Amino acid sequence: MTPSKPATIHQPSSAEIAGYLRPPPGTHPPLDSPPYKSTGLRAPSQAPVVLRHRLTEITGPLLTGEIGPNDHDLTRQHAAPPIGERIIVSGRVLDSDGRGIPDTLVEVWQANACGRYAHSVDTYDAPLDPNFSGGGRVVTDSAGNYSFTTIKPGPYPWGNHHNAWRPSHIHFSVFGRSFTQRLVTQMYFPGDPLFPYDPIFNSVPDEKARQRMISSFDMENSVSDWALAYRFDIVLRGREQTPFEEPHE
Amino acid sequence: MSESAQSELALTPSQTVGPYLSLGLTWPTGHLVVPEDAPGAITITGVVRDGTGAVVPDGMVETWQADAEGRFDHADDPRGASGSGFHGFGRASTDAEGRYRIVTVKPGALGDGQAPHIDVSVFARGLLDRVVSRIYFPDEVEANATDPLLSGLPPERAATLVAERVGPAELRWDVRLRGEGETVFLAV
Ligand SMILES: [Fe+3]
Repeated sequence: MTPSKPATIHQPSSAEIAGYLRPPPGTHPPLDSPPYKSTGLRAPSQAPVVLRHRLTEITGPLLTGEIGPNDHDLTRQHAAPPIGERIIVSGRVLDSDGRGIPDTLVEVWQANACGRYAHSVDTYDAPLDPNFSGGGRVVTDSAGNYSFTTIKPGPYPWGNHHNAWRPSHIHFSVFGRSFTQRLVTQMYFPGDPLFPYDPIFNSVPDEKARQRMISSFDMENSVSDWALAYRFDIVLRGREQTPFEEPHE
Repeated sequence: MSESAQSELALTPSQTVGPYLSLGLTWPTGHLVVPEDAPGAITITGVVRDGTGAVVPDGMVETWQADAEGRFDHADDPRGASGSGFHGFGRASTDAEGRYRIVTVKPGALGDGQAPHIDVSVFARGLLDRVVSRIYFPDEVEANATDPLLSGLPPERAATLVAERVGPAELRWDVRLRGEGETVFLAV
């Protein structure tokens, strides 16, 4: 925290508040992305109105959630272990300045090893696993690190086009510390042969940005006789520099 | 500072929540920014609709706001954290009729020329990124008239951001993702 705050009650004008950096073009998918058919009815038709960042945007929910004892381990939420490749997924939630974001909630959900979600809407004819619900939550430590244990989700078909299959992925939701940093994304696995065919993965225009959604195999964190590991860092927007942030430099 | 200031890390892209978001994002009390019986509690409900006017039954609405005094319990507020413990966050999935419901208090004015408002994120299958909007209040005619965002919009578009009073402690604010009466969305 910046220790040098004005001593008097100060109503900051918008110009004095350091906003958050706008994402570079190509980083986030355009909402209207025709190869992903559901965007056609749901993506707004009008361009968004650019909102200057004021108090409501530079603050945000500081959630640590209601964490249950097995929320970080999706393999221990039922009487017996689920079927599948047990994996450890860990990484850091950071801002673009490289600072870890401590004590922030990370929520995940995923299909089972066969690619089936334990959800009433999922009609894929693959077995449900009575020992796998597919939802988890963890809170980052003081350096922004998180880790959870799960099984590797399977790829699954969807109705977007003929023979459409989603690459294996884990859905991630993170808050950061400001409303502007809120992010929902998907973590993919290295070397998936379905990448070239998936309109959701390819909705991200920038090739390098797409690669940042792919976790890396993490031999170092693998546990002998227990689990392989993958690493996935999540980078959220950093803050603009303003005179307010650096009063006397 | 030991952190390297020169190397800016590249951002992680957004992806859709997909149709199964409730597996990971459901909290039984997520819609309660304050308890139902809290003093000054109000209910905000509405329906999320797509480009054809059909309801969106697999969406999620999140809200973020100041407390009734216009303060945030957050250290990044240059006025200082309120220390009140007010969470300010609401989250509600839409039901089979596309309806969400949040219980909260009306936020106070921030004292910076903006009318009282709630920041909103909407997530759904078919949205590759959240869409962001704001809820303003119908009893703030004067403040709304000079609000920097509302006053910069054509009146019929600004109207999509102002909730409608439907009861003594109940407001309605609908979301039209696309098409006729499309809600004003914000790039933040
Ligand atoms: Fe999925």
